[in-house]
Amino acid sequence: MDHLLGIVGDGFVMLAADEKVAHSVVTMKDNQDKITVLDETKILAGGGQFGDVCMFTELVQRNLQLYNLRNGYPMGVKAAAGYTRTEIAKLLRKNPHMVNMLLGGVDKHGPALFWIDYLGNMQKLDFGAHGYGGYFALSCMDRYYRPGMNIDDAKSLMKRCIEGINQRFLIGGASFKVKVVDAQGIREVDLSDVQVAPEAAGNAMEQ
Amino acid sequence: MSSRYDRAITVFSPDGHLFQVEYAMEAVRKGTTAVGVRGQNVLILGAEKKGTAKLQQPNTMRKICNLDSHICLAFAGLTADARVLIDRARTECQSYRLTLEDPVSVEYITRHIAGIQQRYTQSGGVRPFGISTIVVGFDADNKPALYQTEPSGTFSAWKAAAIGRSSKSVREFLEKEYNDEAVETEEGAIKLAVRSLLEVVESGSKNLEVRPPSPSLGGKIKFLNVHARANCWLS
Repeated sequence: MDHLLGIVGDGFVMLAADEKVAHSVVTMKDNQDKITVLDETKILAGGGQFGDVCMFTELVQRNLQLYNLRNGYPMGVKAAAGYTRTEIAKLLRKNPHMVNMLLGGVDKHGPALFWIDYLGNMQKLDFGAHGYGGYFALSCMDRYYRPGMNIDDAKSLMKRCIEGINQRFLIGGASFKVKVVDAQGIREVDLSDVQVAPEAAGNAMEQ
Repeated sequence: MSSRYDRAITVFSPDGHLFQVEYAMEAVRKGTTAVGVRGQNVLILGAEKKGTAKLQQPNTMRKICNLDSHICLAFAGLTADARVLIDRARTECQSYRLTLEDPVSVEYITRHIAGIQQRYTQSGGVRPFGISTIVVGFDADNKPALYQTEPSGTFSAWKAAAIGRSSKSVREFLEKEYNDEAVETEEGAIKLAVRSLLEVVESGSKNLEVRPPSPSLGGKIKFLNVHARANCWLS
């Protein structure tokens, strides 16, 4: 199962997705980019049934481009998320797509992260996760997330979550692709140099 | 005589004319001029802007439109028909990208547009689109391409093309002045396009709009608005 993580920071959204593509018990690929660039201001991390994920995220990407060309401006983040979830919901009774997504983007209302699952549920969140990795990452984010973090703190938090997943999840050794979208655009981020501060000794709840 | 053969357009006249198609070309000749010039690695689209009423807000995007991030289109004729055709072309560009995971070539999308125009000359109860188009863009090998379509559904590639009002005199000017040295640089190509438009437009007026797409396949198309001081380019 794919691990998808997302964090909203100060004027940016950071998405992380693992890079493994599996077929039954075999790892088919270990450097897959699961974060699609929808346009200059939005990225979409997709996980689940790999074929469905590819077809659906590309469909969303192409329709957002068409909107851009027709109207001369890109869709807002909330509108794009709403469009995505409506498409999933429409397919649900005809041709269900097993695709879980995190859509992150920045527009005139600021940064926004939307959690969308394969049934068409959608929520706007400050941080979110899909997949088994979420079981470990969400409690970590609950503990350490603060609204309006700067990019370094967000990198640190993301690294902490990823290390947690790799420590405890049964299928370990997942590598992650991390992308950040802000007002200047979209870029990939390397977490290998990020140091995570160790947990303070004593009762962590007292802080 | 001709009135008996232009009711339903599927009917040929005795001397082999499709009158509705020819009337559509007349409608094109009433529209404002559009010109396209293909340089060595640059493409210029220029359009004569129709004078707007005093209370109307001038709309800068009407004659020249993006079909995709690497393809532009200029038209002459019925604006409403153009809107419909452009929308279909835009949808086709994205649909092609979705299925083939590759951007369209200029020739493909021109063939698609021309195909739609032809279909409306061979169906019952519909009239042809009253527009000619100039489609420009950069293909995968970064080579510039310029095509022209007509209401009949024909299309062909051109080094420089003109459609709309007084297109005949503009084309004659281009035939005289176009040569490979003149369009080697971006500036040279822009000059040629502007000069050819000045043949039909009153010089010194705010009626010129020139758009050169830049050769990067990945994306951005640069727009240059040449306004009233078109004459300064020539000096």
